[in-house]
Amino acid sequence: MSAHTHRAGRFALAGLATSLVLAGCSGGGESGDAEAPAEGPVTLEWFQGSGVETNIATAEALAETFNASQEDIVVEVDASGPSDSAELDNLMKTRLATGEMPDMFWYNSGSLLQALNPDQTMLNIADEEFVGDLDDSWTSAVSTDGGVFGVPVQTAGGGGIFYSIPIYEELGLEVPTTWDEFLENSDAIRDAGYVAVQQTHGDAWTAQIMILADFYNVWAHDPEWATKYTANEVNFADDPVAVQGFTKLQDIYERNYLNEDYASALLNDGLEAVATGEAAHYPMLGFAQATIATNWPDQAEDVGFFGVPGEADTEPGTTIWMPPALYAPANTEHPDAVKEFMAFVASPAGCDAISEALGATGEYLVDGCTVPDEAPRIVADFGPYFEAGTVAPALEFLSPVKGPNLMQISVEVGSGVRDGQSGAELYDADAAKQAQQLGLPGW
Amino acid sequence: MATLAPPDASNTAARPSGRRTSSRRYAHRMYPHWFLLPGAAVFVVLFVVPTFASFYYAFTRWTLFDVEFIGFDNFVTFFSDPQLSKGLTNTLIFGSLTSGLKIVLGLLIGVLLTSNIWGRGYLRAVIFFPVLVSTVGVGITFQALMDPYDGVINQFLGLFGIEGPGWLTNPDLALSSIILVDVWRGVGLAALIYMAGLVAIPQEYYEAARVDGAGAWHRFRNITVPLVRPATTTVIILSLIGGLREFQLIWVMTGGGPGFASDVLASVIYKQYAYGFFGLSTAGNVVLFVVVSAVILPLFWWLNRKQTEL
Repeated sequence: MSAHTHRAGRFALAGLATSLVLAGCSGGGESGDAEAPAEGPVTLEWFQGSGVETNIATAEALAETFNASQEDIVVEVDASGPSDSAELDNLMKTRLATGEMPDMFWYNSGSLLQALNPDQTMLNIADEEFVGDLDDSWTSAVSTDGGVFGVPVQTAGGGGIFYSIPIYEELGLEVPTTWDEFLENSDAIRDAGYVAVQQTHGDAWTAQIMILADFYNVWAHDPEWATKYTANEVNFADDPVAVQGFTKLQDIYERNYLNEDYASALLNDGLEAVATGEAAHYPMLGFAQATIATNWPDQAEDVGFFGVPGEADTEPGTTIWMPPALYAPANTEHPDAVKEFMAFVASPAGCDAISEALGATGEYLVDGCTVPDEAPRIVADFGPYFEAGTVAPALEFLSPVKGPNLMQISVEVGSGVRDGQSGAELYDADAAKQAQQLGLPGW
Repeated sequence: MATLAPPDASNTAARPSGRRTSSRRYAHRMYPHWFLLPGAAVFVVLFVVPTFASFYYAFTRWTLFDVEFIGFDNFVTFFSDPQLSKGLTNTLIFGSLTSGLKIVLGLLIGVLLTSNIWGRGYLRAVIFFPVLVSTVGVGITFQALMDPYDGVINQFLGLFGIEGPGWLTNPDLALSSIILVDVWRGVGLAALIYMAGLVAIPQEYYEAARVDGAGAWHRFRNITVPLVRPATTTVIILSLIGGLREFQLIWVMTGGGPGFASDVLASVIYKQYAYGFFGLSTAGNVVLFVVVSAVILPLFWWLNRKQTEL
């Protein structure tokens, strides 16, 4: 045996191994970095969470209509994000911070946007023409001092209480205009054997709707409340009107209005209960009416809407929610193509695409957009509030301060673990952490 | 006929003769240690440096883009905020209960599986199987089984007319349910360690005890338990460290809910990180590090000290 052959063999093996490793390393870099050749269309990936069917349907409708209207850009919807909202928030923040976000993404407007640090992580569209077509209340929900970042992808709608019209007719009840009337109605419903108020803590985010939708009553007492809240001059626990959002949840638990399975029921279970007439009231955001129309089309007209009632001295109104938005990360690879798609979304053609897919769902925030005449019952019930002007954007669109633990605190108050006053104090402490993290003055 | 082995290189190096030879001897001795260098570099960069960095960031408010030194505020928040301090008490409860149950059940199962029962080999495989399955898989499965209305457990209890509770939806029961699932998952490993300890006990002790008239319980208490102490030490340390740091099972089964009822330190840390409160989350990690060290190190020293005294 020859030592020379052995050594040569060993070197050859080492060289082969090294070159294989290097080949593996370099292979990955080829795919994403080259400029799209002028001949083929540019593909844009639109990323979102998988939790809400209506949102995915909306994105696909917009993408299809846009793709059909021109040939240079193809928009693909990627709805593979987590369905759990806390995990989705986390994923969005991480991807933006590490620069790994796809070309565009779907996310909430308002204070949740602020938590993503848009000045540093997102594409600024303040100088684009189509921004002038957007409603002012919308623009303020998607901007910072540093720029404007998103276009609306749905309509503004109310958030309050879905109610079962058959149960109301059977028991001869009328839509309540004060909280005491609501309690009387609910007592009658509970005594008649129906579920008075449906809750779905299995999807924890739904537990906070009652508190958030009560904000109209706070705003009606003091339109400047949100500004004072941002400056830490008022808070929930010490304000007798604001704390009612929490004590109302406590009332619902203490008066035995809840469904048996409230601790584990999910969003769809709640919508089914109110659509099929098992439950009389279900606190929910207006956009969910599209799910009812899709899954229980025969009962879609059996569900109405009214805003959370307040005290007797307040004109009944409703809190409204700004729709989610289409955003792009700062390092998006095809900013011009992205802006072209945003211009489409923020135009009457985009609104029509949404109307075709979802029907009438609320008020559009783009000039020149028209709402279809035939509106489902819930959407039709928004109308009088908008016309009378008794609407207030939810607190998260007027102030960047929103504590991240509100859903868990709502679950605690809604299940009787904690009373409303201490829930409000806990939430104030939670919101303070968020405000300090954002570096707001006065906290 | 005497043959002298020819002198070779190592012999020459061994002969003490000045500076050149001792540096060669030093290089010869140090040679194996160079192989440790890549591993040590990875360990220092990925574990030691972040640990010390976290001690710094725990005293700041950190947004990934800028850092603001705030002293002990994060720790004050951690201990005064009921949502966060509940995580600490839950962690101690979770760690001690899972560890205690694993020790007791592990020993009993270990004794059973080292005796002459039928199907012993099959049972040993079966008891160890849950340890191998993914924690997330176990969590999702038991979450479905424990559903208060559709879950198999409550439907089974319903057959006997018992109305099963909300295992994971009742704030008082949620943590206990997760403890039971964690014990189900981990008792196989404890039993395995105990079995190894049990077969090492010489049979003569048992025979001598039987001759002296000691009953089964006496033999167990006075022979088995003391002589299986090394295995007990191992099981205590391993299960306690794992239990204090447990995250996946709790996160998958309840996400720390309902409300904050089943939050432990690890899930609290994760939530603070998810909300973007990076400084607070790092402070939580430092608290976890201190808690685990404060529990394990004295326990480890006490258990091993007692052993050598025996």
